[in-house]
Amino acid sequence: MTTSTVTAQTPAKASAPAAAPDPARAARRRRLTQWGFVAPAVVFMLLFFGYPLVRNVVMSFQHYTPKTFFTGEAPFNGTDNWSNVFQDALFGKALWHTLVFTAGSLVGQFCIGMALAVFFSRRFPLNGVLRSLILLPWLVPMVVSGIVWRRILDQDTGVLNSFLDTLGVGGGTPWLTSPEMALLSVILVNIWIGIPFNMVILYGGLQEIPKELHEAAALDGASAWRTFRSVTLPVLKPVITVVLVLGFMSTVKILDLILALTDGGPADATQTLGTLTYQNSFVQLDFGAGAVVGNVLILISAVFAVFYLRANRTEGK
Amino acid sequence: MAAHPPTASRRRWGSTVAGVLVLGVMLFPLYWMLNTALQPESGLLQVDPVPGSLDLSGFSKAISDQGGHLLTSLAVSLGAVAICLAISAPAAYGLARFGLRGSRTIVFGTLITQMVPGIVIANALYNSYVDLGLVNSYFGLMLADASLGIPFSIVLMRSFMVSIPGEVIEAAQIDGAGPVRTFTRVVLPMSRNSLITSGLFAFLFSWSDFMFALTLNTTDEVKPITLGIYQYIGAHVGDWGSVMAASVLSAVPAAVLLVLAQKYIAAGITGGSVK
Repeated sequence: MTTSTVTAQTPAKASAPAAAPDPARAARRRRLTQWGFVAPAVVFMLLFFGYPLVRNVVMSFQHYTPKTFFTGEAPFNGTDNWSNVFQDALFGKALWHTLVFTAGSLVGQFCIGMALAVFFSRRFPLNGVLRSLILLPWLVPMVVSGIVWRRILDQDTGVLNSFLDTLGVGGGTPWLTSPEMALLSVILVNIWIGIPFNMVILYGGLQEIPKELHEAAALDGASAWRTFRSVTLPVLKPVITVVLVLGFMSTVKILDLILALTDGGPADATQTLGTLTYQNSFVQLDFGAGAVVGNVLILISAVFAVFYLRANRTEGK
Repeated sequence: MAAHPPTASRRRWGSTVAGVLVLGVMLFPLYWMLNTALQPESGLLQVDPVPGSLDLSGFSKAISDQGGHLLTSLAVSLGAVAICLAISAPAAYGLARFGLRGSRTIVFGTLITQMVPGIVIANALYNSYVDLGLVNSYFGLMLADASLGIPFSIVLMRSFMVSIPGEVIEAAQIDGAGPVRTFTRVVLPMSRNSLITSGLFAFLFSWSDFMFALTLNTTDEVKPITLGIYQYIGAHVGDWGSVMAASVLSAVPAAVLLVLAQKYIAAGITGGSVK
């Protein structure tokens, strides 16, 4: 790259002398142009990800009231928010629900997604079409899926109960209206949403496995299940890790689906850290308390981020 | 079963039948959404398995109630896509080719951002938005929604641009093109597919966004369809026909994109997550 081209391509500095070959200056200018490509993204990410992270920590030590939005004053109050949140029985409940919701969703999504990935690895007519249409539940806005399922799961008029009625089992189940069932129902709907994503990634992973591996196992007389356990699963491990960690990331913070299905109820039975953050900040207008719960959510995510990055590193090799 | 070993082709069609059944179960809720939308009169009652006669009154009500919010979603999503691509395409190129000091840290940071819970961002953003006057503004929501696609797009496009042969870029430079022109005339056209994939996903992320719409708006001025439906169901619990019709309309972009741009969707799901 010559000095003149760089100068010509820097419109803002067009007046700079094109004929002065100063290598050090040219190099500096080249670096500057190159940083010009990256800088907007760095600034954007600092503003929209870095700053909120810091701000949430600060906010968790501030006292917010509805009045704050008129006066702009949010005095620092030490660890009051933290102790208030931790002493509230709802926090423990929400933490527990988050863990159950996340674990249940991941296990369900993964097992069914894996089964479908294996199924679609067989060759049969219309395989590609069916495989791509199955993606639809994942692409529809989550809040819309939640509302559709709310209709389906309605205790009296929902189609699931009338179907179960016809079978003579479990008609009239209060899927979303009883505290005992609601969390399970929300998990089941989230499993439905997550199956396509798990399936597509695992399917991709399965296609990468060399055919010879399975042929060798077959020659050794291994059964299909044995081959799956001893050949497929170990080879697929990096992909599995990525799927599970990404699934964790998107599940642990879920908000849309729960608000659409149950609004956190009944009797806080589906309140999670995500919905509790929202409730504290945007319903109670206590942003300090919301920030505390949000920070706990970040902490949990951070632990798993470590797993993700380790998985990524092995992927890259 | 084992009495007559099926011929290879029959076994294959057997799998197709099983596949159709699986698909039927997976897509049933979406079918039910459409079915309910076409039977508006059945409001609070049980819904017939298939619509006896097509009643489009739910749709016409949904369009008159929610049509504006669909347009808002469209405007916000297109704006978010534009912001997302304008910011992430140059960054992806810079991170892929320039060997800048700190590139690795930035890529690492990009991966990290995908783990920050949205509600945490909204929590802090709301307060800044109030100070900056960005609450209830199209631009504010576009910016927030762009944040959903930017890390994804940088990662996806960067992994593509790394694989552009160095000779092509050197050839452009020998022809006298500077970095900006090399980028716009050579790199961008070659990266067309990854640009389309990134844009598609930025659109879908933004179109599906509910959280920023819910938290960064306090009036009805800027209301995307996701928020519209959510509030609709609160106000019209009895009128499931219209709610479902609005839901169908909000799901149309996803369905259309899936059919028209299938390969980009598949590329986005695998590429954006594994790499």
